[in-house]
Amino acid sequence: MTVTDLVSYEDALATYEPVMGLEVHVELGTKTKMFCGCSTTLGADANTQTCPTCLGLPGSLPVVNATGVESAIKIGLALNCSIAEWCRFARKNYFYPDMPKNFQTSQYDEPIAFDGYLDVQLEDGEVFRVEIERAHMEEDTGKSTHVGGATGRIHGASHSLLDYNRAGIPLIEIVTKPIKGAGERAPEVAKAYVAELRELIKALGVSEARMEMGQMRCDVNLSLMPKGSETFGTRSETKNVNSLRSVERAARFEIQRHAAVLSSGGTVVQETRHFHEDDGSTTAGRIKDNAEDYRYFPEPDLVPVAPSREWVEELRKGLPELPRVRRNRLREEWGISEHDMQSILNAGAVDLIVATTEAGADAASARKWWMGELARRANEDGVELAALPITPVDVARVAALVAEGSLNDKLARQTIEGVLAGEGTPDEVVDKRGLKVVSDEGALGKAVDEAIESNAAIADKIRGGKVAAAGALVGAVMKATRGQADAARVRELILEKLGVEG
Amino acid sequence: MPGITREEVAHLARLARLELKDEELDHFAGQLDDIIGAVARVSEVADQDVPPTSHPLPLTNVMRADEVRPSLTPEQALSGAPAQEQQRFKVPQILGEE
Amino acid sequence: MAAHELIKLTAAETAAKIAAGEVTAVEVTEAHLARIEAVDEKVHAFLHVDREGALAQARAVDAKRERGEKLGPLAGVPLALKDIFTTEGIPTTVGSKILEGWLPPYDATLTKKLKAADVVILGKTNMDEFAMGSSTENSAYGPTGNPWDLTRIPGGSGGGSSAALASYEAPLAIGTDTGGSIRQPAAVTGTVGVKPTYGGVSRYGMVAFSSSLDQGGPCARTVLDAALLHEAIAGHDPMDSTSIDAPVPAVVEAARNGSVQGMRVGVVKQFRGEGYQAGVLQRFDESVALMKELGAEIVELDCPSFDLALAAYYLIAPSECSSNLARFDAMRYGLRVGDDGTKSAEDVTALTREAGFGDEVKRRIILGTYALSSGYYDAYYGSAQKVRTLITREFEQAFEQVDVIVSPTTPTTAFPIGERADDPMAMYLADVCTLPVNLAGNAAMSLPCGLAPEDGLPVGLQIIAPTMKDDRLYKVGAAVEAAFVEKWGHPLLEEAPSL
Ligand SMILES: [Mg+2]
Ligand SMILES: [Zn+2]
Repeated sequence: MTVTDLVSYEDALATYEPVMGLEVHVELGTKTKMFCGCSTTLGADANTQTCPTCLGLPGSLPVVNATGVESAIKIGLALNCSIAEWCRFARKNYFYPDMPKNFQTSQYDEPIAFDGYLDVQLEDGEVFRVEIERAHMEEDTGKSTHVGGATGRIHGASHSLLDYNRAGIPLIEIVTKPIKGAGERAPEVAKAYVAELRELIKALGVSEARMEMGQMRCDVNLSLMPKGSETFGTRSETKNVNSLRSVERAARFEIQRHAAVLSSGGTVVQETRHFHEDDGSTTAGRIKDNAEDYRYFPEPDLVPVAPSREWVEELRKGLPELPRVRRNRLREEWGISEHDMQSILNAGAVDLIVATTEAGADAASARKWWMGELARRANEDGVELAALPITPVDVARVAALVAEGSLNDKLARQTIEGVLAGEGTPDEVVDKRGLKVVSDEGALGKAVDEAIESNAAIADKIRGGKVAAAGALVGAVMKATRGQADAARVRELILEKLGVEG
Repeated sequence: MPGITREEVAHLARLARLELKDEELDHFAGQLDDIIGAVARVSEVADQDVPPTSHPLPLTNVMRADEVRPSLTPEQALSGAPAQEQQRFKVPQILGEE
Repeated sequence: MAAHELIKLTAAETAAKIAAGEVTAVEVTEAHLARIEAVDEKVHAFLHVDREGALAQARAVDAKRERGEKLGPLAGVPLALKDIFTTEGIPTTVGSKILEGWLPPYDATLTKKLKAADVVILGKTNMDEFAMGSSTENSAYGPTGNPWDLTRIPGGSGGGSSAALASYEAPLAIGTDTGGSIRQPAAVTGTVGVKPTYGGVSRYGMVAFSSSLDQGGPCARTVLDAALLHEAIAGHDPMDSTSIDAPVPAVVEAARNGSVQGMRVGVVKQFRGEGYQAGVLQRFDESVALMKELGAEIVELDCPSFDLALAAYYLIAPSECSSNLARFDAMRYGLRVGDDGTKSAEDVTALTREAGFGDEVKRRIILGTYALSSGYYDAYYGSAQKVRTLITREFEQAFEQVDVIVSPTTPTTAFPIGERADDPMAMYLADVCTLPVNLAGNAAMSLPCGLAPEDGLPVGLQIIAPTMKDDRLYKVGAAVEAAFVEKWGHPLLEEAPSL
């Protein structure tokens, strides 16, 4: 199936109703792995963070990481789930070289959290409720590198190399119930859900949830049913869709592809699909037939987890304000539109703006700097806003200097430029570059006198009541002071000297 | 209870990654049929309303603090590897999922 | 003291003589190494003898004594370690070709505890591959002979450990018991073996067969020696989630104060009948009579679910083993077969497992894969776990009426090597009396109770105690042992033919 065979999105939605299921794996930010004390620090040399347990050596045994369980409960509570009073780990048995024991320690019919929901807000402010089936604890696999093939891909490789540093890192798998009724907004809902989940995970402090680092991975399951039908169609499972944009594109592509298959009288094959970032398409992976049999059974090496109700309630009390609630609160406090708030969110500026206001700036100027000058710079440099070498405290200081009249907008931009260039704090930059507004009345008066002298004709017009012409003189003074004067004060002085009321 | 066929044994051997020889399949199919015939007795209790026991002791909530412990050195980790390259375990080409 | 005398001492006596300076640990170790050299070609109890390591450990004990440091109760005593516990830098094969030549990079918790107790580890003992078997014939490295009759099995899976004790190659040994692998070998070799309460001895570093059933434990020639070893290896281990976080029962104290006076001893009606050798039942009945004479009250018990123990066991143990043994895939350690540059990892795994596992292991992996597969799980694995609940309940009800339960350890004496080798069901029956204990997690001991008149081979008496009441085994065992030794005029092993 090629892209040209797809039916248009509009035609697909005219005939079919999409049903989605989203499975998200989140790598927790615990210090150690889920079942052993090995470090989880990223970027370590290959196989330096392994032990008998995460290598699956004969005789080794797992012990549960308490923080892993706590994080799972927090996620469950934040997703409005019930928390199991008693649950077990289970072994999911299948062979794969990146999995040291050839079973994944996971949870099966007794997840730690189940039956919840997450309300997600679409760009226009509409709120869509995504029901959560379960959130369960499991472990990550090792990483394989394929050698000898053309592109480092598995096909055509002569052999593979395995690094087990990632094996055993705690994962929480969050599975939605079938998402119905989103209609044409299904891809948007999928993206908004993953975005909201990511914000939630970050707010809980259980993971940085950086999709580009593989800390959060999404599988998009999708099927179509004819409009009006209640019977689900056969689904495809698109694996490892690892950016927000990709989630939306994958859902959209699969809707079009399924519609093409169904409309031409074909049947959708239940299979995994691979998503391709380059053109947004998916291609067939493994067919899910009945040969797949994971032979789950309760993990005998781990005892059941029975979180006490006291513990659960304590964790519930400690939950932070949920991102959506916080966002709406801030939007009202800042007095901005849904659309502006969405832009701030997309730019990753919410926390930066909040931190800037906490450092003393008013919300409007904090927003102005982060979403203006700084967003532009981040965009130019291709980095996250938060990665710019300037802190909210710096930005707040710049805003304060403007407010007290020491800097005008132009000078403030130059100050920020200096901070970004590593020249020091805003005050240091102002000092070194000599950026203070010229407020010395003597020097300024002299510049005004000179401007009046050399522009006698304009001065006469102003004297004659054409106050608007003062702008030209202000411009001349600003030029003479290389922009370091306070334009409003210059205007006042000009009018004063010419004896005209402003 | 149904017995077990040679084909089923072959399927199970594939699931368990055992490359059984033909004569082994014949041999095991007969023996496993006997064994399954004998152990199928447990289903006498299938309808009884008793909870299954997965763990002999009623322990719960055994957990450890999230504190880093020393790992093996990479030399130790790889000491048993049938083959290695670039401080990684070298394995034959992997089929299947990408 | 002459070497042939040193090897016949009990562990307690040996430790006392070393502590008193009457003999050095090096002399004791050398005596045992010499004995191994002399007889192990015939017995084949050991897969690996760590001569250098043992002597180094012995020298360290002697140095400690010379410095005037206090020695532990087993300091300098040699021990034969079942080849299922990892030993750093020392081969650990679990009796399987698939791990031939593997040098673990870590010590099992039990290995560490033995070293910390200054016990001298002589080497690693033979066993049925992955502890699956009752005869040690399933070892990939050849069978072990029973010192009572080298043409007969020494029991299994821990036949190497029991044979090492019975042939005076070591006064102490370690076994593991998933369905009887400590007790049945003890019974057929005239030695003492204890399966502690599940969770009593750490499983960390003990290569798993069936995680919810496996339990390491002490093997010795006397009840007191077993108790001393029990105390050295038991206790909570944070590396094993199923380890009991409570004080170890006072087993040594119990072994020093043997008595059955006033105790209620249960006899379960399901532990006799068809398949039980007449001589075994005769010795068992005499044991019960003896306990009555010693002041015990005998109580008849009915535990109907015990009849389902064998079936439940042969579903649960294979199921867990099919998963536990999946890690032997030729990727990270152990054997790799067929990697000629053209085959996939999947094929190399399958070829390696085919070449590296023996028949019994393959049978159980397939059986377990079957019992867990979708469509069969509820009928097989699920039902077996229900049986487990019923057996546990029947034990609990029984222990409301009695302090301990006794039975023959095994229905027959040692059978000839080869007799049941290709008849799995016949082999499985050897464990019919020991299996229910593993399913429920209780503690149990086997100790010698005489020779069967028809073949002159040892018969074992099994004592079963409730969970965490391991001390009762030793209290009762010590009393029975003392009464028998008095009656026989010497320990039973002295009747064994000399090798
Ligand atoms: Mg998963
Ligand atoms: Zn580890």
